[in-house]
Amino acid sequence: MAAALEQLTHTESKHEASHEVVSALRQPLIEGDKSYGEVTEDICSLLDKKPGVGWWIAFLSSFVVMSAGVVATAHTINTGIGTWGLNKTVGWAFDITNFVFWIGIGHAGTFISAVLFLFNQKWRTSVNRSAEAMTLFAVMCAGIFPVIHMGRPWLFYWILPYPNQRGSLWVNFRSPLVWDFFAISTYFIISAVFWYLGLIPDLATARDRTISKFRRGLYKVMSLGWNGSNRTWSRYETVYLVLAALATPLVLSVHSIVSFDFATSVIPGWHSTIFPPYFVAGAVFSGFAMVMTLMIAVRKLLRLENYITVQHLENMCKVTLLTGSIVSLAYLTEIFIGFYSGNPNESFVIINRSLGSYAWAFWTMVTCNAIVPQLFWSKRIRTSIPAIFVLSILVNVGMWFERFVIIVTSLHRDFLPSSWASYTPTLTEVTIMFGSFGMFFTFFLLFLRLFPVISMSEIKGVVHYARR
Amino acid sequence: MLAVKNTINVRYIAVYFKRQEDLKEAAIEARESGFEIHDAFTPFPVHGLDQAIGLKRSKLTWIAFIAGAVGLTFGLGLQVWTSAYDWPLNVGGKPFNSFPLFIPVTFELMVLFSGLIAIGVLLVRNRLWLFSKKLTFDRVTDDRFVLVLKQADAAFDMRKALKIFNKHGAIRVIEGDQFV
Repeated sequence: MAAALEQLTHTESKHEASHEVVSALRQPLIEGDKSYGEVTEDICSLLDKKPGVGWWIAFLSSFVVMSAGVVATAHTINTGIGTWGLNKTVGWAFDITNFVFWIGIGHAGTFISAVLFLFNQKWRTSVNRSAEAMTLFAVMCAGIFPVIHMGRPWLFYWILPYPNQRGSLWVNFRSPLVWDFFAISTYFIISAVFWYLGLIPDLATARDRTISKFRRGLYKVMSLGWNGSNRTWSRYETVYLVLAALATPLVLSVHSIVSFDFATSVIPGWHSTIFPPYFVAGAVFSGFAMVMTLMIAVRKLLRLENYITVQHLENMCKVTLLTGSIVSLAYLTEIFIGFYSGNPNESFVIINRSLGSYAWAFWTMVTCNAIVPQLFWSKRIRTSIPAIFVLSILVNVGMWFERFVIIVTSLHRDFLPSSWASYTPTLTEVTIMFGSFGMFFTFFLLFLRLFPVISMSEIKGVVHYARR
Repeated sequence: MLAVKNTINVRYIAVYFKRQEDLKEAAIEARESGFEIHDAFTPFPVHGLDQAIGLKRSKLTWIAFIAGAVGLTFGLGLQVWTSAYDWPLNVGGKPFNSFPLFIPVTFELMVLFSGLIAIGVLLVRNRLWLFSKKLTFDRVTDDRFVLVLKQADAAFDMRKALKIFNKHGAIRVIEGDQFV
């Protein structure tokens, strides 16, 4: 180590120049005129503090609910799917509803991290980290359902095309369920590496300042020796762009393929070409609603109001409004086509959905998905945090019911009236569903404690946005 | 990278800046004045710094493209071979080689190969791995910007270098053959 040369006139000073707002058109993305050091401090200090009472209450209650779900899942695996309320007519119900619901939730994370990145939407930097984490946990929750529905989940790997001793009996690549497996596992892997790649520079920041030995060790290993070299940044940014470009069509493909599970069958109410765009819009719609619910809670509990501002929430409300309107248009199109097709089975499905024994589910869906988001036209509502919080939860209730309506009402009265049946979930199914929510929140709360919840390296790039 | 294997006379000087603009301007001027820039270290990617320190465009996009093409070929080949050649099964009277139905899996494998290989190459090229022993400049992952110059030969004019850095608001200069 050599000597420092002291011939410089400039010196280290604590004082950082202030950055006034200079743009007449743009609002700063980050409030409170933060310096780089303050950004590091604000985000990293969250990890140093001991978790508060609020965190423990949330964590323990999520954990208890998750454990109940584990018990119910074990019961299902041990006894068989006879523990569920399914019957010969309604062979898919709660589990597939939950599967589609969770996959949909995941879409907002990838949308924010990839699509908004390609569109150069700088506001994404405040929410992308937690939205991506949310994606991972949602996809994990989603993955549980089809696997336990297999009946023999320990043989789930049979869906992989691997050379085997059954004559090498390959999987049926013409089946949308196989496409689903490929789509969702690719989606999970790419989302996970995308999230981790974004995390590396921040883990290095946390590594260089944390005092806890455990955390320093964890971050040291996980940051892979990151030292901020520009040669590394240069390749890193290239790969980030490549991944964003890959994840953009990927996110569109995943819910399209999920919709193929339905659309390629010949069940009235499923057999429809509108399904892929309808499902993708619905996924982004519900995903953004979940991001808003979580972000409102996170900014309040972790006091991140300067980073996740009303402007961020307002932008997300606009996305929700747009995608909600697309979903409403899809509902109208379905109703129109139901009658315009002249197919009695198609029109029967529409009538049965809106007036039959599951009409309450249908009208819950219409209220929450078609009417509620229209309130976001009003700027007053778009900028009122309590209103956004309530509406975003309603949207997700609606989106859960949408999947329930699509699946159950299309199946329970099929072509042959003698096989008509109705479906009621059992306690086991309901517990597994709540258990998946418990798992989602348990993981999310652990994420808040272990990793920098906001992408510091990206925030530092936009902290002086619209400022001098 | 930082801990450079010492080739007898090569020394490095590291210059600290507080602002990204200062770093960039100093890098441009130093390069124009004939200094050799080794690397720069920043808490976040600084736009235009690649050109300022004279980095070429990364070829990783091409690697990702080729990896994607390999994934696509593999995905399609796997499906055609298993479904139409190795053990053709009649599924609902569909043709054995039902190409349109192979598109989803082909696409997914293309994305998977391209993404994973691009990241893998990134990690290998930058020697980022779990037990990396790379060293970090003080505060560079927080709020400092560091420019590292190579002092390749005796003609290195320290006075001139300091003048440039002073002009652009450098706050600290360290000299060494190995940075700790």
